[in-house]
Amino acid sequence: MTASSTRTGAAIVEVTDLHKSFGSNHVLQGLNATIKQGEVVCVIGPSGSGKSTFLRCINLLEEPTSGSIKVGGDEVTDPDCDIDAIRRNMGMVFQQFNLFPHLSVLGNCTMAQMTVLKRSKAEAEAKARENLEKVGLSEKADAYPAQLSGGQQQRVAIARALSMDPKLMLFDEPTSALDPELVGDVLSVMRRLANDGMTMFVVTHEMAFAREVADRVIFMDGGVIVEEGDPEQVIGDPQEERTKTFLQRVLDPTHVDAGAEDAAYAKRHVGEVAADNFVKPADTHGHYSGG
Amino acid sequence: MSTTITEEAPTKKKLSPRKRAQRIRWAQYALLAIVLVVFALTANWEQIQSAFFRTDMIKLTLTEGLPNALKNTIIYTAGAFVIGLILGTILALMRLSSVAPYRWIASTWIEFFRGLPAIVVFIAFSLLPLAFEGLLIPFDPYGTVWVALGLVASAYMAETIRAGIQAVPKGQIEAARSLGMPSGAATRKIVLPQAFRIITPPLTNEVILLVKDSSLVYVLGLSASGYELTKYGRDLSSSNVNLTPLVVAGFCYLIITLPLSYLVRRMEARQKKER
Ligand SMILES: Nc1ncnc2c1ncn2[C@@H]1O[C@H](COP(=O)(O)OP(=O)(O)OP(=O)(O)O)[C@@H](O)[C@H]1O
Ligand SMILES: [Mg+2]
Repeated sequence: MTASSTRTGAAIVEVTDLHKSFGSNHVLQGLNATIKQGEVVCVIGPSGSGKSTFLRCINLLEEPTSGSIKVGGDEVTDPDCDIDAIRRNMGMVFQQFNLFPHLSVLGNCTMAQMTVLKRSKAEAEAKARENLEKVGLSEKADAYPAQLSGGQQQRVAIARALSMDPKLMLFDEPTSALDPELVGDVLSVMRRLANDGMTMFVVTHEMAFAREVADRVIFMDGGVIVEEGDPEQVIGDPQEERTKTFLQRVLDPTHVDAGAEDAAYAKRHVGEVAADNFVKPADTHGHYSGG
Repeated sequence: MSTTITEEAPTKKKLSPRKRAQRIRWAQYALLAIVLVVFALTANWEQIQSAFFRTDMIKLTLTEGLPNALKNTIIYTAGAFVIGLILGTILALMRLSSVAPYRWIASTWIEFFRGLPAIVVFIAFSLLPLAFEGLLIPFDPYGTVWVALGLVASAYMAETIRAGIQAVPKGQIEAARSLGMPSGAATRKIVLPQAFRIITPPLTNEVILLVKDSSLVYVLGLSASGYELTKYGRDLSSSNVNLTPLVVAGFCYLIITLPLSYLVRRMEARQKKER
């Protein structure tokens, strides 16, 4: 945790004893975490360990069962809190991009600015173009999402979130649904964002990225934080047995193939689902089985 | 010797499936041709023409009031469509509401108007002025027709719209909400536009049904200037003791509905391609 001291400030997010259950499935079992201003925190852990759920609780896409989440000092779980106002300050990037298919790239980036922040069209478009420039897609402003590659769509999604001038960016496995050759573009955008001082909370399976960019790494397993600290320490020299096992599985070259297979499976799965016009996150746990 | 036997056996005993299918197809063409020839020879063409396609009657139908009737059919349908669409959208949102009584009200409404024959609704409307003396629905006679036909349409459309809303991926509303859009704005700007794109073909089909249902509004007891195609054609037919006016009116329906069904097929094909 020494490395983080160089760039961190006041706490932006404070999570205390967070629990979340889906029915009888106790997914989050008492999480405590703090994200400080300017910090990049990466969350790693095996599938089903509750990483997405943790992230989604922070902007209340999932309602916590108990515990406290303070964002900028405001208690998110308080019924009196204006969640829309809090979400405005928090960008979210999804595994499945979730661009609005009926709007152009520019429309995607201006819609919320105009309806929520009441910015004029010209103002919103200027802001959108500025952010599209940042992600290297200024020339795609008039394209529609369906005309873009996955990597381009994800970068538009980042530009869309940035256009709201968030104080914090949440990423849920932003590169997991991408072809391997497109992952780099998205990661380099995120790297630049981190270098510009954005506070970032990133669920990822990209160990190299976490090691390089993160100020702090959180390893989750079975709904609890098992290990947390400097990336060199957690990824390079894990102390806990569970962390070691996980990292061995992910980093061991003999398991690389298995990982690639997983990615290929996830992609195929995404394709199928998208073809049904029901683009849900490619999960094997049935998060949205109700939908 | 033995080789020739094995060569002949299959062709004599059994045709290949493809050959057999071909023969069956030829038989079907032949049957059709025979029926047509018999019909052409036996039919009394003069009688058919004088009953259904009398030239002077066609002329009379076209000039008397056909444009007005066609216009009425279109106005009745269009107005009912607008009312049905607005009411249907509200009902669909109510069906999906988290407030249980809204869901009950919407379900009851939908089941009620879907279950009743349209003509029963129209008859009820025609009797309303008796039940409520002095009741006035504005834009007479259009207002009454619009409301009656619109109520029937709303029930059908609500179900279509609900299906469309549910077909919009959940990630869309999550993305909108995570940008800080309140749920109303997310529904209006993100979910509904996509839902309506999905349901344009089935909704157009419902317009076609509505065009045809508009032929029932005669039971509302409209004055001559308010006649739509069916009533107009029927009256003219019975007063002239000839079917031609009704046939002409029927063709007018096709002028409206055929382009619409063509449009539906085009849209469906395009949506299939986009996937
Ligand atoms: N909406 C939901 N309804 C019911 N169960 C859910 C829901 N969302 C998540 N879960 C359950 O919560 C558990 C954790 O899911 P979560 O998506 O948070 O895991 P994860 O760590 O993000 O996994 P992955 O790496 O595969 O994305 C899973 O067992 C899943 O079945
Ligand atoms: Mg996840």
